Amino acid sequence: MDFATLIEILGSTVRLSTPLLLACLAGLYSEKSGVFDIGLEGKMLMAAMVSGAVAFVTGSVWLGLLAGIAGSMALAALHGLASITFRGNQLISGVAINFLAAGLTVLVAEDLFGQGGRTPPVSFGAGRFAPIILPFADQIRPVPVIGPIYADLLSGHSILVYVAFAAVPATSWLLFRTRFGLRLRGVGENPAAVDTAGISVVRLRYTAVAITGLLCGLAGAYMAIGLSAGFGRDMTAGRGYIALAALIFAKWRPWYCMWACLLFGGLEAIANRYQNIDIGAFTVPVQLTANLPYILTIIILAGFVGRAIPPRAGGEPYVKER
Amino acid sequence: MQRMPAWADAFLVPLISLVIAFLISGIVVRAIGQDPVEAMRIMVQGGFGSAYAWGYTLYYATNFLFTGLAVSVAFHASQFNIGGEGQATLGGLGVALVLLYIPWPHWTIALVAAMIGAAAFGAFWAAIPAWLQARRGSHIVITTIMFNFIAGGLLNYLLVNWMKPAGSMDPSTARFGEAVRLPTFYDLPLVGQYFTKSTPANITFFIALLACFLVWLLLWRTRLGYEIRAFGKSEKAAIYAGISPFRIIMLAMLISGALAGLMAINGTMGGQKRLILNAVEGAGFIGIAVALMGRNHPFGVLLAAILFGFLYQGGAELSLAMNIPSQLVTVIQALVILFTGALDNMVRAPLERAFAAGRRGGAPQGQGGP
Repeated sequence: MDFATLIEILGSTVRLSTPLLLACLAGLYSEKSGVFDIGLEGKMLMAAMVSGAVAFVTGSVWLGLLAGIAGSMALAALHGLASITFRGNQLISGVAINFLAAGLTVLVAEDLFGQGGRTPPVSFGAGRFAPIILPFADQIRPVPVIGPIYADLLSGHSILVYVAFAAVPATSWLLFRTRFGLRLRGVGENPAAVDTAGISVVRLRYTAVAITGLLCGLAGAYMAIGLSAGFGRDMTAGRGYIALAALIFAKWRPWYCMWACLLFGGLEAIANRYQNIDIGAFTVPVQLTANLPYILTIIILAGFVGRAIPPRAGGEPYVKER
Repeated sequence: MQRMPAWADAFLVPLISLVIAFLISGIVVRAIGQDPVEAMRIMVQGGFGSAYAWGYTLYYATNFLFTGLAVSVAFHASQFNIGGEGQATLGGLGVALVLLYIPWPHWTIALVAAMIGAAAFGAFWAAIPAWLQARRGSHIVITTIMFNFIAGGLLNYLLVNWMKPAGSMDPSTARFGEAVRLPTFYDLPLVGQYFTKSTPANITFFIALLACFLVWLLLWRTRLGYEIRAFGKSEKAAIYAGISPFRIIMLAMLISGALAGLMAINGTMGGQKRLILNAVEGAGFIGIAVALMGRNHPFGVLLAAILFGFLYQGGAELSLAMNIPSQLVTVIQALVILFTGALDNMVRAPLERAFAAGRRGGAPQGQGGP
């Protein structure tokens, strides 16, 4: 493999990691606050459809993005209603949201555009995020090694890619260096203690679920009007679950989330580029590469390579003592 | 204190949830510019209106019976098995291996062997997440989700690289032999006269009914069933009573996986008569809705499975007759899961208040209610 190919695969890794990273951080906020969320997939899908549709109709990426976020946050609100207000089973609520999105997106897109559940293609400048060329990219490109890395790997992605990677330090700071973050982690570990301190558990959890909705919205919008040129039926294709896997793989830590998503995005990039990889003695089938995120997560979950311990109050509705 | 009479808890709550789910689906249909009443009429006609319709409705219902029972058994042990999809996929693999490579003389022997294959492979696929939950504390929901994807990848690999006939482009196995063809309803004595030849409902339906009865027997009439339910109600109390959590989690999940795997008898052996890539088609997930709707009771699961069989078949007819994609069924399914599962308290609370008020007003000395 030559250097140019490597840069190409790494560039593709960065783009494919972006929706995973946004969804993974989304899940991080929710789960840190004690609300399990296996509905990341559904929220992404909803955001992808809504943003694709609105971006096509209005021709504006920003309106598309906002609408996508709104669609995702509506489902997040439903999850909050079920799991926080009505103290329902958070896992079942997540499953329901995934199906709701899978069904509604096709119904609505088919009704609006009649193209078999797709939204019509959008182009750069009219509903799709254009790549951002960093300054002096063309001048630096001839420089060996550093040139291609700067011009072809770091430069040339859409704004949401940079937002996603900037969200990592931001999340790390918010969760571990602010009062809000301390409280958020508190409700995920011991909600009664936070409640005793006079802070509303319900409000904190709703805030966390709303942030989850926002980030899933970004992830879905990036799928539909950044990475691709329009929404397609079931276009998230399990990425919400891979993000969930990455979250566990990263043991609920922001920086590790980024590395896990880069790893899983990289596997996807490799699986896209090479079908079966021949490594001398035997061939690695593409199905193995594509499923490696799940297999690695199982190994991590099994605790053979360091144990993944979720927030202690995760999945349990909080009932205030009377 | 019993807040509601048992009949209200068993029938009224799911019924109200179902009505809400249908009302919202009606609004969705109205919102996309179609007539909900007409849509309902077409669905009922397409799902129940003819011998042909019943032949498909009961075929789908058979799938959902197995996956619904699978989810129920695990639920009783407080394990949420989302892995029915993967376990049924593996069950299909078991069926195909048994039927493809051994020349069976008659379908009856083949059926027994294929059932063992399906159940064993399904149980195996549930065993790993179960072991991880019981021994390592890995959350079963997450592991079963992952195992669904891994099962899909594994089957894809096996079909493309090993099991499809040479020269075929289609990722599926060769057809099973004519000798192992399961009799459809049309072939059966007594019931045959009511069904047409072209529908896939087959003898597996009766096996599913038997499974229903056996699950009831297991859960409410055996020692193991008692232990499973006790463990599901309170893990601490169960441990105090000397029940081993490891044993219960493993057994409940093995039974659950075996039931999900048996779905392949209906689909792969009875319906498609060869192993195809996406044979399960979401039936594993519909099992969650069926179990919730049926209140985890085999009889409730039976009713809910027929309801979803009807929705599935009616929805398919609907997409042909009107401009409504069959994803409408996915929406109804989602709403049923939402209202019977996650928003259960929302439906239940006003009912409980109503019954409490009725009791205070109607019955003498505050007594009453069965």
